[in-house]
Amino acid sequence: MSQAAVIFDKVSKSYPFYTHITAGLKKFIFTLPSSLKELKSKSFEALRDVSFEVYRGETFGIVGKNGAGKSTILGLIAGVLKPTKGRVIVRGRVSPLLELGAGFHKELTGRENIVLNGVLMGMTRREVMKKMDSIIEFSELWDFIDQPLRTYSSGMVARLAFSVVAHLDPDILLIDEVLAVGDLSFQKKCLKKMEEFKQRGVTIIFVSHSAEDIKKVCDRVMWIENHTVHKIGRPHEVMEEYTFTKALPEPKMML
Amino acid sequence: MRYFFDLVYVLTQKEIKVRYKNSVFGYFWSIMHPLAFALMFYMAFKVFMKVKIEDYPLFLITALFPWQWFSNSVSSSLFVLMDNASLIKKLNFPRELIPLSCVINHSMHFLLSVPVILIFVYIYGRSPSWWLPLGLVLVFVPQFLLSYGISLAVSSLHLFFRDLDRLVSIFLTLLFYMTPVVYGEDMLPENYKYILYLNPMAPLIICWRRLFLGQSFEPNLLLFGFLYSLTIFLAGYSLFRKLSWRFAEVL
Repeated sequence: MSQAAVIFDKVSKSYPFYTHITAGLKKFIFTLPSSLKELKSKSFEALRDVSFEVYRGETFGIVGKNGAGKSTILGLIAGVLKPTKGRVIVRGRVSPLLELGAGFHKELTGRENIVLNGVLMGMTRREVMKKMDSIIEFSELWDFIDQPLRTYSSGMVARLAFSVVAHLDPDILLIDEVLAVGDLSFQKKCLKKMEEFKQRGVTIIFVSHSAEDIKKVCDRVMWIENHTVHKIGRPHEVMEEYTFTKALPEPKMML
Repeated sequence: MRYFFDLVYVLTQKEIKVRYKNSVFGYFWSIMHPLAFALMFYMAFKVFMKVKIEDYPLFLITALFPWQWFSNSVSSSLFVLMDNASLIKKLNFPRELIPLSCVINHSMHFLLSVPVILIFVYIYGRSPSWWLPLGLVLVFVPQFLLSYGISLAVSSLHLFFRDLDRLVSIFLTLLFYMTPVVYGEDMLPENYKYILYLNPMAPLIICWRRLFLGQSFEPNLLLFGFLYSLTIFLAGYSLFRKLSWRFAEVL
């Protein structure tokens, strides 16, 4: 647990307000001077001066309100966003567990989606084919696997998604709020699989709203508040304070 | 490399399956569409307006199929990044493969429609050039580059300018009539000939028609078309690369 797998070094991320141009080319051209000025000056700060390290083999939780900047952090780790200021260093192959249904297509069958998703996640087609039976086995969706995805319930889609990820060989795994779906027995299975990844030395970054899950699986937790790091520490300490200050009930993320 | 190929493969396969659910039916439509236009232009220009071009339906068909390939590639690439928003926001893979799979999809439909064009060539008692097999490759490559280059540009710009689709459809219609599809390039008055040089599709369409109708091969024209396409491809590609970092932000 010595070397860091992910390093955020004074990272800030702001987005320009694209509304001005996404409103359309016509409007942009007719109000060109003010549009350009606005594009340059106005921006939304999603992260401010965030620094932390995730050690190799660690399970690192991230908590925070909706819109606090959690997804931006995951985007930066996955490499789909670039920081505005600071540095993000990621050592190893990152596999994001996509949120419900992303990377899947509802007109394709379960089997076809496994191939599509597996390849997008970094496997070759041959590797996916080799693992196909085991993936289907894990998902427990035998009867539905050749049906188009649109006939699946959201819980079934989540199962399929997790089953693909469970067969990857990542160095760093990003999990964003997926354990909330699926029935209890499947949730247990997922947690068990995460345990297995942990044993193998995979670094896991886990975003959740469930204090229970965080306490169960995480070694350390980071609490993001107001676009910056509020606290990093042991799950029990952080979560206690977090649930306490969060006394104002927030809409549940359960799907 | 192997992985790269697999990515393109699954993305293209998805594109085809999703768009048609049934590829036989998709093939049918990709043939019916240009044929319907050929019939329409034949009625308007030959029967009603009496243009003096022999075998006018064949003349139309040999240009309409390649045109449809280009125009479909460009117009369907407009939405291809938005349709894959969830992937772009989460996964870091070469984004240019998304429009690529879209263009490959339409290219395959075009290649599959070549036999249909040849059937019409034989129905009209013509025979294609001896350089047909080589010519197919030589004209295919620049048109592929051109379609891909423009697709890269419009797909990425469309994310930022959400009304670009209207502009593109006007642009495609204008370009269509600037391209010698319904008329022959020799019918342009001398002082309008320059239109042909403004339009990257013009040399390619002329080449396709010469190829299918068994006319002589013009290396200069092809070279011109190729360089034009290559330039546009490089411009589109570099624009795409420049913007691709912002995709996850605007989606």
